[in-house]
Amino acid sequence: MKLEYFQMIDKVVSFDRDPARLVAQSTIPLESPIFEGHFPGHPLMPGVLLIETMAQTSGYLLLGLNNFTAMPFLTKVVSANLRKFIGPDTPIDMEATLLHDGSGYAVTKARITQAGKAVCDAEIMFKTLPFPDGLGDKMRDNAARLGMSVEKGA
Amino acid sequence: MSSTFEKVADIIAETADIDRATITADSHAIDDLGIDSLAFLDIAFAIDKAFGIKLPLEKWTQEVNEGKAPAENYFVMKNLCARIDELVAAKSA
Repeated sequence: MKLEYFQMIDKVVSFDRDPARLVAQSTIPLESPIFEGHFPGHPLMPGVLLIETMAQTSGYLLLGLNNFTAMPFLTKVVSANLRKFIGPDTPIDMEATLLHDGSGYAVTKARITQAGKAVCDAEIMFKTLPFPDGLGDKMRDNAARLGMSVEKGA
Repeated sequence: MSSTFEKVADIIAETADIDRATITADSHAIDDLGIDSLAFLDIAFAIDKAFGIKLPLEKWTQEVNEGKAPAENYFVMKNLCARIDELVAAKSA
């Protein structure tokens, strides 16, 4: 996990289509300038970055389901619960499932756990749009780097 | 008014925080009710769930953008409700 680069996922552990589910892992870094401000002397992973982590996990789920033919853009955090403080150098597990596959949009449920205990969960809505120039290839490269099996889109 | 209209009007009023009394069969969701594209996603999600269908928003948008159909076909309340009835009928056929 590289917070400054918004790289929130270290590894995609599994991706399944039916039922639609993606599992991923990451480790909160030991050091980051973000921890200098959040909070001085008491480093905590910011809640907004936990939500971003759940959104990225959901995003790769949707990319896998559409065979990397369209980009999911975060449009709404329908609900989010931040249940547990998480500090530096902590491994976390992420899971995203598909709640609704709409036309041009999708809704997911995502959660993060740490050693089996709930850290946070959210319901998130995405608008899916054609890839801007070049982004599709970059997202496929990113997914492959994370260990996700990538099929070439139709 | 049809039960579909009543159900859709209730959804729009609640989802987009619009006075229910202002929503008529001739209301245009965008021009008259001021619903933007992101708010319409919320409404589509609620309609999909309530009727067990999948509003073909991408197809409708493409048809409107390519000039193959007027926006009124899909975004005036009475027409939207007719499209929903068609989708529900197709689902149970």
